[in-house]
Amino acid sequence: MHFRWLKYSRVFVSLVFLLLFFLMLVDFTGHFPRNIMKGITWIQFIPSFLTFKNLLSFAGIGFLVVILLSLLYGRVYCSTVCPLGIYQDVVSWLRRKLSRRKRIFRFGKPYNVMRYSILILSILVFLAGNILLLNLLDPYSNFGRIVVSLVKPAAAEINNFLAKALASRSIFWLNPVELRAVNPFTLIYPSAILILVTWMSFFHGRLYCNTICPVGTFLGFLSRYSLFKIRIDKVTCDRCGKCSSSCKSQCINIKEKEVDFSRCVGCFNCLSACPSLSIQYRNSWFPKQKEKQDVEMVKTDSSKREFVIKSVAFVAGITGLSKIASAQEKSAGSRKPSVLTELKTHPVSPPGSLSIEHFTEHCTACQLCVSACPSHVLKPSVTEYGILGFMQPHMDYHASYCNYECTVCTEVCPTKAIQPLTVEQKKVTQIGKVHFIRENCIVYTDNTACAACNEHCPTQAVKMVPYKGDLNIPQVDTSICIGCGACEHACPARPYRAIYVDGNTVHQVAEKPKEEKMQEKAPEEFPF
Amino acid sequence: MKRRDFITRSIAAGAFTAFGTGNLLAQGSRMNLPYDLVAVMGGEPDAMFDKAIQSLGGMETFVKKGQTVVVKPNIGWDSTPEKAADTNPLLVKQIVKHCLAAGAKKVYVFDYTCDDWKKCYTNSGIEKAVKEAGGEIVPANSERYYHPVKIPNGKNLKDVKEHELILSSDVFINVPVLKHHSGPQLTIAMKNLMGTIWDRSYWHAHNLHQCIADFVTYRKPTLNVVDAYRVMKKNGPRGISVNDTVLMKSLLVSADIVAVDAAAAKLYGIEPSKVNYIRYAAEMGVGRMDLDALNINRIKI
Repeated sequence: MHFRWLKYSRVFVSLVFLLLFFLMLVDFTGHFPRNIMKGITWIQFIPSFLTFKNLLSFAGIGFLVVILLSLLYGRVYCSTVCPLGIYQDVVSWLRRKLSRRKRIFRFGKPYNVMRYSILILSILVFLAGNILLLNLLDPYSNFGRIVVSLVKPAAAEINNFLAKALASRSIFWLNPVELRAVNPFTLIYPSAILILVTWMSFFHGRLYCNTICPVGTFLGFLSRYSLFKIRIDKVTCDRCGKCSSSCKSQCINIKEKEVDFSRCVGCFNCLSACPSLSIQYRNSWFPKQKEKQDVEMVKTDSSKREFVIKSVAFVAGITGLSKIASAQEKSAGSRKPSVLTELKTHPVSPPGSLSIEHFTEHCTACQLCVSACPSHVLKPSVTEYGILGFMQPHMDYHASYCNYECTVCTEVCPTKAIQPLTVEQKKVTQIGKVHFIRENCIVYTDNTACAACNEHCPTQAVKMVPYKGDLNIPQVDTSICIGCGACEHACPARPYRAIYVDGNTVHQVAEKPKEEKMQEKAPEEFPF
Repeated sequence: MKRRDFITRSIAAGAFTAFGTGNLLAQGSRMNLPYDLVAVMGGEPDAMFDKAIQSLGGMETFVKKGQTVVVKPNIGWDSTPEKAADTNPLLVKQIVKHCLAAGAKKVYVFDYTCDDWKKCYTNSGIEKAVKEAGGEIVPANSERYYHPVKIPNGKNLKDVKEHELILSSDVFINVPVLKHHSGPQLTIAMKNLMGTIWDRSYWHAHNLHQCIADFVTYRKPTLNVVDAYRVMKKNGPRGISVNDTVLMKSLLVSADIVAVDAAAAKLYGIEPSKVNYIRYAAEMGVGRMDLDALNINRIKI
């Protein structure tokens, strides 16, 4: 039986997935269909697993489907659903097109110690209560970070250039997007992963998936026991090597006529390549000839320690550098610089994330909410949540503020680190509390009217009360404040703001703003 | 910073050469109008505007065939029409219709919003209204649309970055909504112009009232139409709910931006001289706030 159709189906499905992921993450118009978004993130292994742990509901069983699929057919997930995997296939395909050599890949030995060490370490760190390692290694989240941090700004620039060019001819088809700057240190990690993955896939196919990716290693372990496996018919095979040179996983050993199925990503290239139909996709549970397999048991070794030391050094380096970046906030405003620093004790986590603890335990930092946020207030963090929360999004009120009527981030989160809120619930969800520093306020320093904070406040938690002469000065009421950050964003005092939001460690329910019907009658005659 | 300035200035210079500077000077208070101010009371927003513009000789007085028009309502907040945080969409629609009927080549509508601009445009009902009337609603959320200009007669405000449609359009119709404002007490026509410039926080930091008055010395709108159909009387400029509003069913129209602000303040219940920017602007000779001396057409429906 010829299995060529398997490869073509795989290519088709994977390209559809890649395109959808790309559009979902780049989308700056807010038009990407929410249902497709839910569908394609539902089956992502780590996000789905975290949702399951979080909610124990149908929303989180995507990873069980993946496990079942792998037990039946091997790691087809890696070739059709995983966006980072598909990206690597595109790179390998380009390599093939660019190269004159016919034999691009050949068998390579597995790096078992390394891959199982990383898997076990990720599981241990996760069991110890932290998901940083999973976040940093999760292929879906890495793809999300690469697209949102690196590709989206470039796409936005191109869009803005075209929008501007069209607008100058009075055509308003495209709308410009204002992507406010992120901390440059949040670009380092996605860039490093992009370079690593591209380099590895250009020269060694799926080396990343078979050496570093914990999902790949885990599914690879399962696929040792898969129902269907790829095998070489030792009788008809004449060792022409075409299968091996088409194998991105470098797992076909021609000499021994063996396939290391734990590294096979189920791309089915080999099936199409074999001229003698000797390479086959077969039922292995009830084979004619049972072949013995040794399951390699792997112990952790010194590379684990080395990895920990290196990650700590990396994060520490970033911590130091981020201080330099935060000092560069440009002064836009008041004539007299403000002197008192804002005392922020906690970062602000997005509405629906329940508490900082819940959020940091469940967010894989895939940046989907960062991309979807229409106000661009969600930004990847550097050290706001501590070094273990690197890249998990926080509310950056210097960039923007949270729209009162908006619940988009609560609807898109694939891990349910941010849980759905209705608009009415959102309007009373207090994610932080307002603080006012009178000595920084320009009404106090410059004796001039301002009220920018009060103007933007959706609940009037910031009121203007009489000050000197006809001047008014802000007064805050934290019981009705929801911590949206509109006041902090609007405040013109620099370098330190006169009004700011300090995050709630556990989100609270704010009181509803009081409403009183205006008793005043409209004038019946013109008063002039 | 210098290189960036150079680039933006060159673009602005380009914009000027392309669109011509004559537009800026020709329009405004020099027109011979039958009334200094028209005040209407008791009708729906569109019907009141029909009466007002008719008494000034129709839209043809202001818009000539083939001209481009920019209409600047207040669309600052992600809010719905009954809360009156944004200009009434029916009024905007009617104005766009009149401009097109008078032969305008294009009618543009924009505001540099405070909340997310797409939500403001949609939920205020203005985007739909403009499209139905045949006008073009355009974005103003990017610094790329703004070009540096000098304010030679400004006291505190010497330069701003102004939206290119204000620079390039032949006719500029300012359509504010009258409402309470926690900062400068009231926001009406002059304050509405803050939605045509980029760096608002500079104004807040450098005596807001003076900056508002200073900016009017740069370019006065051809016509000001104040929406006082539903008036927010507390918790402005954003408002919390419909309970903050009073149904006044009024409309004020004038080519004199100071006069229209003075009349609107009076209608709201505040003496114009108590609102600093109105007084400053009158003192600087931008317009008149002595309502008793003005020729006012009062229409009741």
